[in-house]
Amino acid sequence: MLATRIIPCLDIHDGRVVKGVKFKALRDAGDPVTLAAYYNAQRADELIFLDIGASYRSQALLIEVVEAISRQVFIPLTVGGGIRTIDDMRKALQAGADKVATCTAAIQRPALLSEGAERFGSQCIVLSIDAKQAGDSWVACTHGGRQATELDAIEWAMAAERLGAGEILLNSIDRDGTRDGYDLELTRRVSEAVRIPVIASGGAGTLDHLVEAVAVGRADALLLASLFHFGELTVDQVKAHLQAQGIPVRRG
Amino acid sequence: MIGIIDYGAGNLRSVKKALDYLGAESEVISDPAALDSMDKALLPGVGAFGAAMQRLAEQRFITPLQRWMAADRPFLGICLGMQLLFERSEESTGVAGLGHFGGTVRAFTQHKVPQIGWNQLHQVGDSPLLAAIEDGSYFYFLHGYYVAPDDPSVVIGTTDYGLRYASVVQRGRVMGAQFHPEKSADVGLALLQNWIDRC
Repeated sequence: MLATRIIPCLDIHDGRVVKGVKFKALRDAGDPVTLAAYYNAQRADELIFLDIGASYRSQALLIEVVEAISRQVFIPLTVGGGIRTIDDMRKALQAGADKVATCTAAIQRPALLSEGAERFGSQCIVLSIDAKQAGDSWVACTHGGRQATELDAIEWAMAAERLGAGEILLNSIDRDGTRDGYDLELTRRVSEAVRIPVIASGGAGTLDHLVEAVAVGRADALLLASLFHFGELTVDQVKAHLQAQGIPVRRG
Repeated sequence: MIGIIDYGAGNLRSVKKALDYLGAESEVISDPAALDSMDKALLPGVGAFGAAMQRLAEQRFITPLQRWMAADRPFLGICLGMQLLFERSEESTGVAGLGHFGGTVRAFTQHKVPQIGWNQLHQVGDSPLLAAIEDGSYFYFLHGYYVAPDDPSVVIGTTDYGLRYASVVQRGRVMGAQFHPEKSADVGLALLQNWIDRC
């Protein structure tokens, strides 16, 4: 059985890990190389690094960090944040990333997805959607969730799949940092609309929230940040709980 | 010395880093003449079957690789590099593969495609590649097509994804793994170490 993936997300600013609550109020949660090795030892299934510095210097520092991590941690690594061009994708992949995630740049220029898929393969291309509820639907946001667009999040996920995205990283802006649970309706709607895997993000506060995201939201993978970084839960505690609820996970 | 065949495919650096980490000497080669000084050959790969065969043809790798395998020299194909060892693929109809193994590479039609993530390897044959690796261990997979060998005796390991398919094949010293050992944490490194030491 294919296991549900548990993916710690490391938000990186100038080469250091931070985690924002609703993308504000940043707190430092450590050195990325150390954290990556620690999560690998805990049986994390993949790691995602998001540069939130939005500067050339911060992006360059993240590439250096990924280069160092890829020499000692042998699980899939995804780099996102500030990936705007094919050249940004190439730099990240050359440094040792297995996948790149784009959000704002893909909304501004959807052909980035098809060009990236053609150049590097769909398996490398993750579309990150920051979705915000607007009435009974959701719109995709840009710039770290700060700017709403008129783009329907579900339609955008379907379009991205057609363009060549290999995976959707779906973040609920409304739930991010709240610990109120994932937006299950959003997650389920997107997961059922596409054939590519969906990674759910935003709102996890309890172990049962994680179970719901898979059982109700039909997420293929779960992204977690603050619950792990501050030591409240370990990857194995999460997996043990999912396994007890009949969800296949990789342990041992 | 292990020759990692560079035909423009991705994930070659990941394989190189894993071999470096294990202390195995390896060299990335893009010229078939360099095969002569290699003890083992590794064919990595992500991307499409047809494009990969075209690049192997342009770099004149096809005949040297077929001879290498026919001579039963140590060989490991990873992911697409395993699929290329077969005769043909539904991904690129009309394109001939390396044809070391009889059979077709078929498309998944159930579940989400591609299969992305950790799945179990069920051992069905004895192989030095799998020495001391626990049956049912999880490896990292990333693929939309799977191999269907004509000869069931080449199947060393299977994986379930809507159907049971061959995820490790071997005949003599020519082997293929559908998953990415270089991205499968400790157990993947153990498999690569087996290949380095025992195969």
